[in-house]
Amino acid sequence: MAECHPVGFQWVMEAKQRGATVIHVDPRYTRTSAVADLHVPLRAGSDIVFLGAIVNHILSTGAWFEEYVKAYTNAAVILREDFQDVDDLDGVFSGYDPETGTYDTSSWNYDGVGAQSSAGAGEEETLENSDRGAGGDSGESEQSEKQRGAGHELGGHGADMGLSGMHRDETLQHPRCVFQVLKRHYARYTPELVEQVCGVPPEQFAKVCEAVTANSGRERTTAWVYSVGWTHHTVGIQYIRGAAIIQLLLGNMGRPGGGIMALRGHASIQGSTDIPTLFNLLPGYLPMPTVDAHGTLPDYLATISSPDQKGFWTAADAYTVSLLKAWWGDAATAENDFCFDHLPRLTGDHGTYRTVMDMLEDTIEGYFVLGQNPAVGSAHGKMQRLALAHLDWLVVRDLNLIETATFWKDSPEIETGELRTEDIGTEVFFLPAATHVEKEGTFTQTHRMLQWRHKAVEPPGDCRSELQFFFELGRKIRERLAGSTLPRDRPVLDLTWDYPLDEHGEVSADAVLREINGYHLTGERAGRPLSSYTEMTADGATSGGCWIYTGVYADGVNQADRRKPGRDQHWVAPEWGWAWPANRRTLYNRASADPQGRPWSERKAYVWWDEEAGRWTGHDVPDFVADKAPSYRPEPGVGGPDGLAGDDPFVMQADGKGWLFAPTGLLDGPMPAHYEPQESPVSNPLYRQQANPTRQVFRREDNLQNPSGDEAGSEVYPYVFTTYRLTEHHTAGGMSRWLPYLAELQPEFFCEVSPELAAERGLEHLGWATITSARTAIEARVLVTDRVVPLRVGGRVIHQVGLPYHWGVGGDALVSGDAANDLFGVTLDANVHIQESKVASCDIRPGRRPTGPALLEHVDAHRRRAGVTILTGNEVRSGDPTSGGGAAAVAEVRAKEHTSDE
Amino acid sequence: MSDLLGPRDPASGAGWDDAPPRKGFFTDTSVCIGCKACEVACKEWNLVPADQAAGLSMLGSSYDNTGALGASTWRHVAFIEQPKRAGGQDLNLPLFPVGPSASDAVNRAADTAMTGDRSQLGTDTEAVDLGMPGFQLPGQRADRKDERPRTDFRWLMSSDVCKHCTHAACLDVCPTGALFRTEFGTVVVQDDICNGCGYCVPACPFGVIDRRVGDEQTRNVGIAQKCTLCYDRLGAGHTPACAQACPTESIQFGDVDELRERAAVRLATLHEAGVPEARLYGEDPEDGVGGAGAFFLLLDEPEVYGLPPDPVVTTRDLPSMWRTAATAAGALLAGAAVAFLGRRR
Amino acid sequence: MAASPTPASGPGQDDRARGGRLRRTLLNWPVVRQLTGSDPLGRGSASVSERTAGLTARTETADRVVRSVCPYCAVGCGQRVYVKDEKVVQIEGDPDSPVSRGRLCPKGAASENLVNSPKRQTAVLYRRPGGTEWESLDVDVATDMIADRVVATRARTWQDTDEQGRRLNRTLGLAGLGGATLDNEENYLIKKLFTAIGAVQIENQARI
Repeated sequence: MAECHPVGFQWVMEAKQRGATVIHVDPRYTRTSAVADLHVPLRAGSDIVFLGAIVNHILSTGAWFEEYVKAYTNAAVILREDFQDVDDLDGVFSGYDPETGTYDTSSWNYDGVGAQSSAGAGEEETLENSDRGAGGDSGESEQSEKQRGAGHELGGHGADMGLSGMHRDETLQHPRCVFQVLKRHYARYTPELVEQVCGVPPEQFAKVCEAVTANSGRERTTAWVYSVGWTHHTVGIQYIRGAAIIQLLLGNMGRPGGGIMALRGHASIQGSTDIPTLFNLLPGYLPMPTVDAHGTLPDYLATISSPDQKGFWTAADAYTVSLLKAWWGDAATAENDFCFDHLPRLTGDHGTYRTVMDMLEDTIEGYFVLGQNPAVGSAHGKMQRLALAHLDWLVVRDLNLIETATFWKDSPEIETGELRTEDIGTEVFFLPAATHVEKEGTFTQTHRMLQWRHKAVEPPGDCRSELQFFFELGRKIRERLAGSTLPRDRPVLDLTWDYPLDEHGEVSADAVLREINGYHLTGERAGRPLSSYTEMTADGATSGGCWIYTGVYADGVNQADRRKPGRDQHWVAPEWGWAWPANRRTLYNRASADPQGRPWSERKAYVWWDEEAGRWTGHDVPDFVADKAPSYRPEPGVGGPDGLAGDDPFVMQADGKGWLFAPTGLLDGPMPAHYEPQESPVSNPLYRQQANPTRQVFRREDNLQNPSGDEAGSEVYPYVFTTYRLTEHHTAGGMSRWLPYLAELQPEFFCEVSPELAAERGLEHLGWATITSARTAIEARVLVTDRVVPLRVGGRVIHQVGLPYHWGVGGDALVSGDAANDLFGVTLDANVHIQESKVASCDIRPGRRPTGPALLEHVDAHRRRAGVTILTGNEVRSGDPTSGGGAAAVAEVRAKEHTSDE
Repeated sequence: MSDLLGPRDPASGAGWDDAPPRKGFFTDTSVCIGCKACEVACKEWNLVPADQAAGLSMLGSSYDNTGALGASTWRHVAFIEQPKRAGGQDLNLPLFPVGPSASDAVNRAADTAMTGDRSQLGTDTEAVDLGMPGFQLPGQRADRKDERPRTDFRWLMSSDVCKHCTHAACLDVCPTGALFRTEFGTVVVQDDICNGCGYCVPACPFGVIDRRVGDEQTRNVGIAQKCTLCYDRLGAGHTPACAQACPTESIQFGDVDELRERAAVRLATLHEAGVPEARLYGEDPEDGVGGAGAFFLLLDEPEVYGLPPDPVVTTRDLPSMWRTAATAAGALLAGAAVAFLGRRR
Repeated sequence: MAASPTPASGPGQDDRARGGRLRRTLLNWPVVRQLTGSDPLGRGSASVSERTAGLTARTETADRVVRSVCPYCAVGCGQRVYVKDEKVVQIEGDPDSPVSRGRLCPKGAASENLVNSPKRQTAVLYRRPGGTEWESLDVDVATDMIADRVVATRARTWQDTDEQGRRLNRTLGLAGLGGATLDNEENYLIKKLFTAIGAVQIENQARI
């Protein structure tokens, strides 16, 4: 955090000075470790074991926060009889299909919920609920759900969570209740396993357990902070789930000083998820419709929520219709399902890596790259760059001439002879962009807070904002299609695109923000901004481009532009900027009070029930129905916000509870289970299943994988490497390697190695090293440092190599160097299609890498020695070479035959 | 020479009547996170160019690629990797399969890099045959019983800056009046006066001030340059750029008297918290430079951070220096007259 | 609205005034001052050059101060942007921000460098198929050409339905990547436009 978010880290330093214990768990000793109380180095890719053993420690020592867990989590819920854990099935949960590498997740659901409801018995209490039918079944096959990357777009993912028939055992003794299942699942996660898998000595691990449990409870809280060190894995979601289970067991969710905080790395990466430029989402985490499940608007809405589930997702119809009204205005009517058919349909994975592979197949003609440098920043840089050479046209919009814009003349593949400038048919437009001070608009920072930026100066020369460029582009496209009678052009011509322009002819960001907020379309308030998403209706009477942002223009005021100085308001600082939803600064903060609505302790008071006023009150906007008393219990059959009981703090979850066990929404397991990374020199000691059995693999000649574990050839790539950022640079360097003041602070690409590895491989401090994977080899200056510590894993010493990923090969930056991300292949997490780019295996040797065609020969020699084929590492079910998307894999091979002519 | 050494309140001794309280920095290195915001904020405000003396190559001195204070580096963050234990931190290193620390050897190599002889470092090595990878799992080699393991490790970071000495030798030797004592008690170079004679450079006991090198586009080439404690910002009531940017308040700006009190409290707090190695540097008015306007809380000997252990104002007992200054004053008189007349034209 | 003047604050606000500014007269000739004033050694007030005496922080002489937010990571540090003669002359931390309290990291502190970088590309560049060099291109012509290509690609690659006759209503012929450092308003227009033209392969850093 000190490395990548130094200014945020001031609060950690301040907490430390007030007595907080700061623990840093990271393969490397970083600037954060230097000032932490404890640094725990562990093997990259082993965190599920580390977190799991903390869960086990909490459960086996009785350190869990009993009252919180019983009231606010799903610990008491009984699971289905046919659910089987990974230990019963050699590393997979029940429902696994080795043919497709996917799960039928129905056996993970609560007993009595969904289509196969079964009667409760014995000591189980039947939760009184609806006599209506179960929630709509999505009808979507698990395979296509995986392709789409389902799960993350809906917090509660509740369509199959009709709650009728759910059973609970408040004593937590039922063998099939979540609490007992969790206990059994985590029993194997012992300190000894931590030592064996993570390489963390038990003494060191015990200190972490002690600190975390001692600082949780009524009086104290523990917070977890993570970044892409947790998400860039084939099991990334399950890392976060591991932390969520710890925080729920310890009562640290929804409370001040608690939570799990994702420190995001780009100014508005939170915003670009909320208002997504992502293939599978519409604004506000509404899913993009798919061809097989979303034929009509009612079909679509039925997959988002069922009417008898609890919480705010039941109003998805209002959110969706308001969005459609915002986009297609008067053309969107109840008669035409509000232009729902104007939306294109998905047929599977259309994520960025899939798209790049489609470029190699020449099915994609044009590509817009906007403030992004995939030639350096994406995994498998060579695949990215070769794909660019297959395009007909490419538009790069950036501040500097980044490597993605200049690949055709100075990419590494020119040097190796794989590409020849004259043969590259790609037409490239480089359009200079405006900086953050040359345009107005909002960024959404890592805490979901929108902050408005004013424009300071006009952009120089040809520089334009994306807002202006896309407005103009839209205008020109509409001009070209004007008068068309083709059905396909209706969505373009019906589009609301009449934004007011300022005196420079530039589109007003303020007007766009108003559209995002939404407004009333009818009645006496017509034209007035909505103040809350609860005002949205499903009948077309409201418009709003992103329901979770509704309120940012409440009262006709740009709430994101509020700048009451922090020192002039209380510590929550609610009058600076605006946080979604409804300016809440801490989500699920109902949980900061006990079931009766009283603060868990005075010290940790945050939001509480004011009996006299009959309302929730406190330091923050209560994340609850404001006047719903703690004692409130809904009538049977009531869904939506009214279905929430007074002690259901997790208002976006279908059952109002925090999920220790995820009965739905995830594609790779209801609880975290340890799997090794896609490439690992270590075998999975827990079961035969080596890596995540649902990971998305791409069997291609241009995406070969290193052998792992005890596979033959894994000794050719015996070391673990991880990548990271340095304080002095930003991502792929587009905003740092061109600046003299930053370039001089970290001018050269380097690798960090321990003295032990240096001795083992003859690496010399400040000399060169060549690092090789099955994809390529790169060279880096060597930094020998005690900050990297070898680990003893399973009786073997494992060395890790650290690689900052900011540099790239090109001609325009002040500083350049080989790109660390070139070492990675493409293997994705099933839930969200994120690549595993925080861990893989490699070889490292002293000296500079070969150049020209000799580089390819060097890489190939390693592969041959390791016996690498396109099946290596790509068998999703270990020990079963026929498993895992066989047909798809063949298609990949064929595609490669085509591309290998290049 | 006591006059030359001047009184304890440097501003009033330099003709500033009714001077404001002396301003300075207290840099608490125990909370420094080595982010280098100070280096950049300083350059950005003071229009200091990228350091062409240091160039765009890696120094290998941990994360420090700046090297030292100089004409184009007015704040410098040092990174020190040490086989020592940080106060309150226990890394349990003996439990890991580690061999001896590399810090000493690495530091020596980095020293070599900084002095410019890189031939020994293999940095210009041409492509070499990388050999064939072995078939043995590297981690399964003979165990390291015979090797002495590392015991502890810590990573120190510290942002260095001009000390703005009470008795400032650079100022004493400046023949042109380019260096002067401001009303804030700080020592500042006037770019329009400095003729680049360089007398100040060897005079500084800390090696802070230097003449700028650079190409034609570079500002103030040949002129002595160093931290001004953001003289222009102070005049406007602002905090110096480095202190304002510092995320963790490692760099604190204020009245020197108040900062000294703050430093004493912080020192006591750290000692109580089990960090006995904490010490102050440069805060003592009795030291060889009469106390620094910019002083530090360190966690090791000053030498470790590249600071002289016992700095002495180089003009303390050098009458010959006075003669030089007198000669130079004559030159100033003549030069200044010409300059003045030139302006009048 | 954009330019809210920022009151000067912090220690030493009045200190300069107390120190006394020197008027520009003959008496300001350093040697005269040295010999007649209270600085006989000529190391302080008597040495002040005319330029030094006229030194003013450029935050004070700026035409306006604009409130902004750092463009690097997602902490969201407040920035104040100082503008003089329609040029950014300084960007520093906003002390009012409860997030950052006026502080910046090295990247944030380099923001002015980002805006005014001599390396920054401010003209449209065009590389024709097979070309070996950049060519220059008018910005409006470039936008027209891009619009033409979008329309043509879309027409060539349009999919009305899948093989089962189900509505697809899309093109897979064009794609996009980027957006994590763009404004919400920009991402909104991008998503809105691409969705309307039927382009679904729109991605950003959040996937990566």
